[in-house]
Amino acid sequence: MKPLAPISNTARLVLGILFFVLFFAAWAFATLGGFVSSTFLADPITMVEEGWLLLTRHGFLADIGVTIWRVVGGFVLAALVAVPLGILMGAYKPIEAFFEPFVSFARYLPASAFIPLLILWAGIGEAQKLLVIFIGSVFQIVLMVAMTVSGVRRDLVEAALTLGARDRGILGRVLIPASAPSIAESLRLVLGWAWTYVIVAELIGSSSGIGHMIIDSQALLATGQMIFGIIVIGVIGLISDLLFKLANRRLFPWSLA
Amino acid sequence: MTELRIEGVARVFPSVGRGPPTRALEPIDLAVGDNDFVTILGPSGCGKSTLLRLVAGLDGPTAGRIVLDGRPIAAPGPDRGMVFQSYTLFPWLTIADNIAFGLREKGVPAATRARIVTEWLERVGLSGFAQHYPKQLSGGMQQRTAIARALANEPAILLLDEPFGALDNQTRALMQELLLGIWEREQKTVLFVTHDIEEAIFLASRVVVMTARPGRIKAEVAIDLPHPRHYTIKTSPEFSALKARLTEEIRAEAVLAEGSLP
Repeated sequence: MKPLAPISNTARLVLGILFFVLFFAAWAFATLGGFVSSTFLADPITMVEEGWLLLTRHGFLADIGVTIWRVVGGFVLAALVAVPLGILMGAYKPIEAFFEPFVSFARYLPASAFIPLLILWAGIGEAQKLLVIFIGSVFQIVLMVAMTVSGVRRDLVEAALTLGARDRGILGRVLIPASAPSIAESLRLVLGWAWTYVIVAELIGSSSGIGHMIIDSQALLATGQMIFGIIVIGVIGLISDLLFKLANRRLFPWSLA
Repeated sequence: MTELRIEGVARVFPSVGRGPPTRALEPIDLAVGDNDFVTILGPSGCGKSTLLRLVAGLDGPTAGRIVLDGRPIAAPGPDRGMVFQSYTLFPWLTIADNIAFGLREKGVPAATRARIVTEWLERVGLSGFAQHYPKQLSGGMQQRTAIARALANEPAILLLDEPFGALDNQTRALMQELLLGIWEREQKTVLFVTHDIEEAIFLASRVVVMTARPGRIKAEVAIDLPHPRHYTIKTSPEFSALKARLTEEIRAEAVLAEGSLP
């Protein structure tokens, strides 16, 4: 191995899969070999069986649907507020000076710590779940978008000015298109974080969703179900990430070339 | 009729930390007439780019004023087209849309825009690249597009800030011929900044030599070589004589700028 030396695509794929194989092998060895009590950790086969039962008998698909809707709903609301605000902050320094200190502070407020408060305010219904995700995402998106927009190459702005662009043109025809790919990339990252918030919200006060299933399974000591739930979250996260990447490639062909 | 007058223009940059303020430009006077092609020649750091940015309106002078066709310059505007040394095509727009940028901003109707874009694509030899993105083009092609983008806007004066500085020598020579060809046909008022002596002579009707920082005008040399100029003119005795003269002028400044060498 040499530092930074590239490897072939096949080698990359094989190595990537190899880790999963080893991981499952170690897990199977520890559980099926009797080294870990099945009370604490189910073996892979039980996990798959319990997962299948969840999907076919217990309506787990509905839980998955509810969780996805919560993440997407809260995230879209956050993006609708945060992206325009972030663009304005990046473009206009007085607006940035007004919001930036508060947003930087609010960013460090842990969304999960708001859950008890939000339950008081909004009950344990959907509004509360959406709010948790909203609070967890909105400040992050604002700051990332603002940073992207203020980082747009100065010489592109100057070129537009010498071509006769005025304020509106600079904003709409330079700053926004120039930062669009990075904004989409920021959204992709924050969506990943939104997944952790939704599960926490569902663990604490909920009667549906993947997180609720996991906490229910704990009472039954059904570790196989719990692990299955966690894996489902990982798989959905991976799929949404891929979809985002594909969409970005479609929308911004010029940024790759 | 275009007339640019630079009257007692100076630029001092405020000090950074505890250092003294930087005097980038001492008061400068310069007049550029209609269809004049003036090159500003000077060592790096002599404030020649600062002067061009002041004319463009991207920066404001500390003293003096710049007047274009009787109106003092206060901000950037489409009457002063600019080509930068760095590649400043908008990467998200195709070559055709880049050229049309200023026209769209002006509200020129789509059909007229398309006609003008086609004309300029032809003039800079990029007809086959209308739908390409800037990243797919070489540096020379990108700068050709940048020139077309600035000229499609029909500015009163074209400002070029070392536009060929990042190109290799062969491409650079071809670009000079292309620009000169356009100027000979279209008759434009041009202010061109460079540190390349040959480039300054080949293109110009007048070369303005600037001193090392703080920048002042050291000499003005009229270039009376006949038009249309062919690249072979670079090997003529007249050209060599001009080159020798400007080399002397510039060398003294470069020595000053670099401090004493062993």
